[in-house]
Parts: sequence; structure tokens; C-alpha cells
Amino acid sequence: MKRFIGKKTAMVDSGYAAVAVGVSTGGLDALKFILPRLPENFNLPIFIVYHIHKTSDDFLVCHLNDISRIRVKQAEDKETIIPAVVYMAPPDYHLLIEWDCTIALSTSEPVSYTRPSIDVLFETAVDVYGEKLIGIILTGANRDGSAGACKIKAAGGLVVVQDPETAQADTMPKAAIAAAEPDLILSLEEISEFLCNLNQN
Amino acid sequence: MTDIENEKIEIGLLLEAIYRKYGYDFRDYAKASIKRRILRHCNLSGLKTISELQHRILYNVQFFEALLMDFSINVTEMFRDPSFYGAIRESVLPVLKELPHIKIWHAGCSTGEEVYSMAILLKEADILDNTQIYATDFNEKIIKKAREGIYSLEKIKAYTTNYQKAGGNQSFADYYTAGNESAVMNKNLRANVVFADHNLVSDASFGEMDLIICRNVLIYFDRKLQDTAIGLFRESLPSGGFLCLGSKESLRFSIYSEDFEDVRIDEKIYRKKNSHG
Ligand SMILES: C[S@@+](CC[C@H](N)C(=O)[O-])C[C@H]1O[C@@H](n2cnc3c(N)ncnc32)[C@H](O)[C@@H]1O
Repeated sequence: MKRFIGKKTAMVDSGYAAVAVGVSTGGLDALKFILPRLPENFNLPIFIVYHIHKTSDDFLVCHLNDISRIRVKQAEDKETIIPAVVYMAPPDYHLLIEWDCTIALSTSEPVSYTRPSIDVLFETAVDVYGEKLIGIILTGANRDGSAGACKIKAAGGLVVVQDPETAQADTMPKAAIAAAEPDLILSLEEISEFLCNLNQN
Repeated sequence: MTDIENEKIEIGLLLEAIYRKYGYDFRDYAKASIKRRILRHCNLSGLKTISELQHRILYNVQFFEALLMDFSINVTEMFRDPSFYGAIRESVLPVLKELPHIKIWHAGCSTGEEVYSMAILLKEADILDNTQIYATDFNEKIIKKAREGIYSLEKIKAYTTNYQKAGGNQSFADYYTAGNESAVMNKNLRANVVFADHNLVSDASFGEMDLIICRNVLIYFDRKLQDTAIGLFRESLPSGGFLCLGSKESLRFSIYSEDFEDVRIDEKIYRKKNSHG
């Protein structure tokens, strides 16, 4: 397993086309840490599945948008994906990436016991971006995202997992590490740096 | 060629085969979603490839029917998104009330919960007797369930909460008769409802409607097919006629968006504009 220590640009390739993030328990702090650190000229779209209660309002999205330099919004069905925008899955809907690079939402049954599901996002994103996809698993108390992370690896994409020792809840990162042999295991600080470095290439 | 590309070819061929053999046209459904349904079905049936699934589908009708059930995602609730029904009460019913006769179309009504919810609102506004309701779906098995209007008591409990959240202040229990495990919705709620098989992809409009409700169906279509359906609704609405979509759907990405104006944008309630300005 490659660790991202010291040689920060070693793993960074400029050929990536999108970033998909899965996060659960402890996610608010993690997102509040990473998103504000991204530069306004960040040039990839970011998709985020964050497990939150189905009746949550859009306060969270608004708050993340307010504290970030790049735009954070709730993903809308059929909208065209553009770089430098963070698309958050709406509560109670799966977030899918369509073959024509648009967003699709779905109320089909929960996957890995949850809706939205990280696996659904990862699996559909990999069909569109293939080896140009970066999948990131952050803190969480379930196993969602592991199957999706395996698909990303199989397609030649890059998988990054938050170092379980630094995660508020370590079940999800540990499950992803066991299942998918991630390329990088990093702290939130390092993940932020890694994403910023993507931009410089 | 990668597996992903091979699968894309297989999916295209499968959808073509279904269309030619059974007439159901899924070719312009949102592909990512359809692919998940297909792979899930392969998985449940122990099939390794989509090509194997295609063979089964072509030679076994029952197998196709099972896949059709899987393709038509039937998730629904009574008073789903309670605030939507509140908005209907506030912003749509007062306008309908002025009409001598009202026609409503529920397109993609699934097991009927949406239809009974609306009938309850109409009854409480005292206009149910004056309304003709068409409730359609392309899945005949589902339509049959809608017509029966039988729901488990567990669901009824959740629906009661939804009803109250939607601003309902009568006794919800007066709208059904409860048995041991399930409840039957009152017959008078469906007295003016015609339940029918109708496919939004291929079937024509069946007349002018004052209100069309098509919620959580268009999210499963691609943009082009969404426009086919919205075109059909546009054709079926007079100027001022209402169109309601699901809470995560909108006309924003449609070629017909200019033909409609917002009534309650927060609840995805629109009205067809006057054709001359
Ligand atoms: C998720 S349900 C929505 C039910 C209800 N409108 C609601 O919002 O709760 C989607 C329904 O659309 C139906 N449907 C899908 N494709 C259709 C088509 N081409 N024509 C008619 N109905 C269709 C499905 O059978 C399913 O019952």
C-alpha cells in the first residue's frame, strides 16, 4: 500500500477527470475541513455522498458553500456536470452519473442499507470516468463504498481512504482498506493537499 | 476494449431486444439507472453476463415480466412530500374550484397512493364529485394494485403522519376500512377515477386536462425522453393548466421550459403559459 508521505506530487497525475467522495458519521467536520481548502480555480467536478437524515434541509449545503471558495450545491436531476463545482447528493436520493455526463437522481431501493449510497455513486461514476476517476472514502460507521472502491480500482482509477486512525468513525475507512487496496491512505490534511496538488499539474 | 464498454454494447442490445420482442421501449431511459437494474437482475438470477440475460428475456415471457417489475421503480407513499400537498391545497385547488368540471391526470401513478391522496384533498375541498381523474401507469400489475387500494396497516400509519404534515385536519381513519393487516381505501374516493395502462414513451394524449401530476417518473428518463413526455403534457394542457413534477425534478433542463411559468417553484408546480405571450 502506498502512503502519501513526503513526496506529495509523486502520485499526482494531471489526467484525472472527476473526484467522488463518500462520507458518513463524522462527515460534517471532515467536509468542513477539506472543502474550504480547495482553491477557486480547482478544475475537476466533485461528487459527494454524505449519509444524512432523509428530512434534512439544505442548510448543510448552504453552509459548506458559504465557507468554500468553489461552488457547493445540491445535485439536480439532469443537470450538466461542470468542473469546479461540488455536487452533493440530496437526502434520500441516490446520486448517479449518467453516460452523457449529466446528473441523475433515483429513489430506487437503498444499497448497502443506505440511500444515497456511496457504492451507487462510485459504480456509476466509474462507468463514465474510468481510470480518470478518483474515489475518496472518509470517516463513517458503516461499510458503504467498499464495493464501489473495488470497481474504481478494477477500472484503473485511484482510490484514497482516510487514515482510520484520524477518522472520527473508522469502520468505513477500514472496510474500504480491507476490500479495495487503496492507493493512498491519508489524513484529512494530506487529502486536502493532495487535491490542491491535482490542480497544479 | 474494456469490460465497461462491452457492457454498454450489451445494454444497448438488450434494450433493443426488449423493444422488438415486447414493445416496451427503454432505449431512452437514463442509462446509469437502467444498468444498475439490469446488473441487479443478473445477480439475483445468477447470470454472469447481460448477454445471457438477453437470451432468457427473448425466450421466456415470465422472465421478462420480472425484469419489467424491476425496471418500473414503484416506490411511492401517500402524501409523499407533505408540503407539496399543502401547496396544492393553497395554490391549485382554489383555481380548480372555479371550473365547471375538472379533469386530472396522474401519469406514472404506481400503486395509487398519490391518487388517493389527491382524492382526499379534492373531497375536503368539496370538488371530488365534480372531478374526473385518470390514473395511469405502464405496469399493468401495478395498476391493478392501485385500483384495489389496499395498503398494509404499517404503511397506513406512516401515511397518517404524512396526511397531518400535509395540513390534513380531519380524521384520516375515516378514509379507509381497516382489517387485521391491511386497510382498504374508501370506494367513494375512487368513484371518479379511471385506472388505465398508458405508456408515456409511446402512447398518445387522451384529451385536455386541467391538472397533470407526473412525479418521480421523469428522473428515470434521459433528457430527450423527458422532453417527449413533457411535450405530451404540454399538448394535453390548455393555457393555465397545471403541471406538477416530483420534488427533485424540474423543467429547467427541458426544451419546453419557456412554455411554462412557475406557480410554486419550491414544490415544482407549474402552469402552461398563454401561447400568445
Ligand atoms: C417512483 S414511481 C412514482 C409514483 C408516484 N408518482 C410518486 O411520486 O410517488 C414511478 C412510476 O412510473 C412508472 N413508469 C415508468 N416508466 C413509465 C412509462 N414509460 N410510462 C408510464 N409509467 C411509467 C413506473 O411503473 C412507476 O410506477
